Amino acid sequence: MEIPYTTTARPDTGLWNAKIGIWLFLASEVMLFGGLFSAYIFLRLDAAPGHWPRGLLNVPVGTMNTAILIASSVTVVLAWAALKMRQFSKYKFYMGITILCGIVFLVVKLAYEWPIKFHHFGAKITPAALEKYEPYLGNAHLREGGYEPRVEISGHLENPEALHDESIREYHIKLDAANAEPLNPDNDRPRFWPAPMSDKIAHVSKDDVQLASMYVPKHSTFFATYFTITGLHGLHVLGGVIVFIYLWLPVSARLYKRNPEQLANRVEVAGLFWHFVDLVWIFVFPLFYLL
Amino acid sequence: MNESNSPAASESVVQAHPEHDDHHDVSKHIKKYLMVGGLLMIFTIITVALSYFDFGSHKANIAVGMLVATFKAGLVAAIFMHLSAERHLVYQILIFTTFFVLVLFWLTYLAWYDPVVR
Amino acid sequence: MDPSADLTSHAPAAHDPHHHDEHGHDHHELGWWRKYVFSTDHKVIGIQYLITGLIFLFLGFTLMMLMRWQLAYPGKALPVLGPMLNVLFGRGSMPEGIMAPDFYNSLGAMHGTIMIFLGVVPVAFAAFGNYVVPLQIGAPDMTFPKINMASYWAFFVGGIIMLISFFVPGGAAKSGWTAYTPLSVIADSGPGHHIIMNGQTLWLIGFVFLITSSLLGAVNFITTIIQLRAKGLTWMRLPFFVWAQFITAFLLLLAFPPLEAAAVMQLMDRLAATSFFMPTGLVVSGAALNISGGGSPILWQHLFWFLGHPEVYVLILPAMGIVAEILANNTRKPLWGYKSLVFAALVLGFLSFIVWAHHMWLTGMGTVVSAFFQTTTLIISIPSVIILSAFFISLWGGSIRFNTPMLFATAFLPMFGIGGLTGIPLAFNAADIYLHDTYYVIAHFHYIVAPGTIFALFAGVYFWFPKATGRMMSEFWGKVHFWPSLICMNVIFLPMFLQGMLSIHRRWYDGGQGWALSNEKVWGLSGFEWNVPISIAAWVMGLAQIPFIINFFWSIKYGKKVNDNPWEATTLEWAAPSPPPHGNFAVVPTAHRGPYEYSLPGRERDFTMQNEPIRDSDRRAYEAAAAAHD
Repeated sequence: MEIPYTTTARPDTGLWNAKIGIWLFLASEVMLFGGLFSAYIFLRLDAAPGHWPRGLLNVPVGTMNTAILIASSVTVVLAWAALKMRQFSKYKFYMGITILCGIVFLVVKLAYEWPIKFHHFGAKITPAALEKYEPYLGNAHLREGGYEPRVEISGHLENPEALHDESIREYHIKLDAANAEPLNPDNDRPRFWPAPMSDKIAHVSKDDVQLASMYVPKHSTFFATYFTITGLHGLHVLGGVIVFIYLWLPVSARLYKRNPEQLANRVEVAGLFWHFVDLVWIFVFPLFYLL
Repeated sequence: MNESNSPAASESVVQAHPEHDDHHDVSKHIKKYLMVGGLLMIFTIITVALSYFDFGSHKANIAVGMLVATFKAGLVAAIFMHLSAERHLVYQILIFTTFFVLVLFWLTYLAWYDPVVR
Repeated sequence: MDPSADLTSHAPAAHDPHHHDEHGHDHHELGWWRKYVFSTDHKVIGIQYLITGLIFLFLGFTLMMLMRWQLAYPGKALPVLGPMLNVLFGRGSMPEGIMAPDFYNSLGAMHGTIMIFLGVVPVAFAAFGNYVVPLQIGAPDMTFPKINMASYWAFFVGGIIMLISFFVPGGAAKSGWTAYTPLSVIADSGPGHHIIMNGQTLWLIGFVFLITSSLLGAVNFITTIIQLRAKGLTWMRLPFFVWAQFITAFLLLLAFPPLEAAAVMQLMDRLAATSFFMPTGLVVSGAALNISGGGSPILWQHLFWFLGHPEVYVLILPAMGIVAEILANNTRKPLWGYKSLVFAALVLGFLSFIVWAHHMWLTGMGTVVSAFFQTTTLIISIPSVIILSAFFISLWGGSIRFNTPMLFATAFLPMFGIGGLTGIPLAFNAADIYLHDTYYVIAHFHYIVAPGTIFALFAGVYFWFPKATGRMMSEFWGKVHFWPSLICMNVIFLPMFLQGMLSIHRRWYDGGQGWALSNEKVWGLSGFEWNVPISIAAWVMGLAQIPFIINFFWSIKYGKKVNDNPWEATTLEWAAPSPPPHGNFAVVPTAHRGPYEYSLPGRERDFTMQNEPIRDSDRRAYEAAAAAHD
């Protein structure tokens, strides 16, 4: 006994099964990311002044990744169109590019963006000691300009053993530009090109530090949401790439010969998922990198 | 086998009512897809540029950024995901989903906004 | 139906001549494993869900029977069993037979989790939905059989993970079934606990599996009901059970993902030391935690109850569906107010998404939010009352057959009524300040899910058993199961209302012994002393399930053989052979009429099945009915 409407549309709904299935799945995905974004909203609104850092992510790289994802969305729809027009080699070509884009996106994320954060250090200063480190923070200057205060001294940790060794009482931090020249108005707002690190080294006493952490999820609610949402998004990209690779392998050629419309349907369903992943990124990018 | 349930029968039904993406139509759409892709690229650059422009307050910047992002997302959904010409059923599913996700945003915001004590 | 024609997550299956040939082949070569274990047949999966779910139900109930000892006789050693449990669970869970506080907490948390997510939902939604829905809509199977199988196995793995958590160092999750933060984040962590293999982390991981299972199931159910309805089976001809499952599937589809997000965030809090739900300046055992802070414990509650409330309707809607089928069948007349039932259920489903914060009156929400949620909560009682009223009116003037399924179904009505009405004081935040987290709340929602939903599930098992096996369960033993269960249920839960009004807290380990108000006498016993009859009733109820278990397995082999439609019912599942073969129907049915055409005038039988063609006498009957209506 066959299950009806696997490739052909049911007359009264005008849809075949998997198409309804994928839209329902995407509806649940909307709610999944909806839950995460509502956490983002809640935590960001709740953050104390200065505790939702901005300008810590690499905007040019983020922009490039956005462009890559958009390009892959275009190629996947072109791949589907090629199948609809029964141009199989074109389909293979576009699908290949889509897969490549997905992989590049993941590599940039996992091999560059995340590791560079994991090696960056920040020490949040206790409220009582903020005055002491004013030369690195420039809060008087920021207050004048109506900006949120700076509560963290960040840069490269020169003595990483201090993280674990209780007997070392100081962090030696090779400063980020913002802490090196806190009065420079260029550092008041996030910038497009990340400013190069200075050569200045600051010594921060552990007694004055509320929380010392690399730029890992633990660092702040900002990095917690950033890593969780981009991580989950990355898993979706990975899932999409795996499905596309399956649809690109020789299996697809055999299916194409047998039933091209069915391959087109499969690509359409996988493509819908891929566009959704793109759509999520369209919100992730400004929320974390820019705003 | 009853008529409407047999695959063969429904195939003939579909031939009688061809879907909007007929082979000829598809070739016409390609230009549109490329244009939308280009538009999305341009708007990505605009999003980045606008974030460095001061709209008076940070809140205003966020609002503008989200507006542009929503527009981009709308393009992806309408053109790439074919939502501009989809069956009613899909709209019905999505209307409910959108409503509930907005409820989730709005009510958690409201709960944050209106505590007994802060 | 052969597995190679099934669908994978993203793709419709082949259907072309070559493929058909392959079919014929492996069709007959399906081994035992593919047929009974890794089956893609909706009926096998339904039965797998049913049996696994029933086992978990009993397990969850066993945990509670243990807790009842501690509540009735706090600090006393549990004879015989206690020392054995101490060996089984280890780590001083019951030293010298006396229950340790941590173990008590584990039992409570896991009772809730197992009963709801591993017991009632799998049985009510997945088991009955899988078995009955495709049959009732005249479909050969679910639309995505492979996903269906994946759904069951995800559920199974989730359940196993939950069970394993009892035996890891520190024991199973102990922060309540709601896993409120920050308590749940700091629980089961630190020295002596493995980073992954600890109760709360396993609970979260198990949960992710269970949520995934529900999502896969929900997608499948909705698509099946939309796409695979038989010819002529329009929306308003669907049995109410199908409607109930359809709405339930939507609730699961849209309400569960935010909890999945929340579970991932709590996992991050536990594994990566993030602060999603951890407030600034949290001090544990005198030391400040080495975390960033800035998170919000209330956020967890929002995300949890965004699922949690629709989940209540996930528990009750399928039960209502089952009851509707059985009421119509055994009153031998159409269900009263079919359309209002359907619309009430739809409104119920819709509203259930916007009432969640009534679980959070004491979290410090302001008046605006409270007023909003209080209003929606009271509005949602309207559709519930419509449904219950329609059921009661359906009984009016019927010549009722009181067989076992009908006994359970009729018992559902007042039990659900008590549960529902006692919820109204909780909906008002002023009254809830007093009653919050007391035994009153326990009594309220247990009346809905225990003698409510679970009775409906029993009714469903007795009702559809002949469809699945071709044999009846014993009526006599069914009644031996029913009456003690009904009496015990009420002896257990009615006194809890009294205890609650004495402010006995639901999570107290000593049964309220140390609480001054517990010494007040109500109906001859003090609030604390009432624990004893409650506990005895709980244990008797455990015994009362034995006739059911024996009856169930005995009847599979030795039950009375019956024809395909032993209850003389009208819906399409009874048009299939019992048990239905692979692919279900010999002839794909066509529906010609509504689902409950009992006692149709001019017919020689008092039931007219949905697939019986319309006759002239039917038309005259419809016209007469319409005229009478005007």
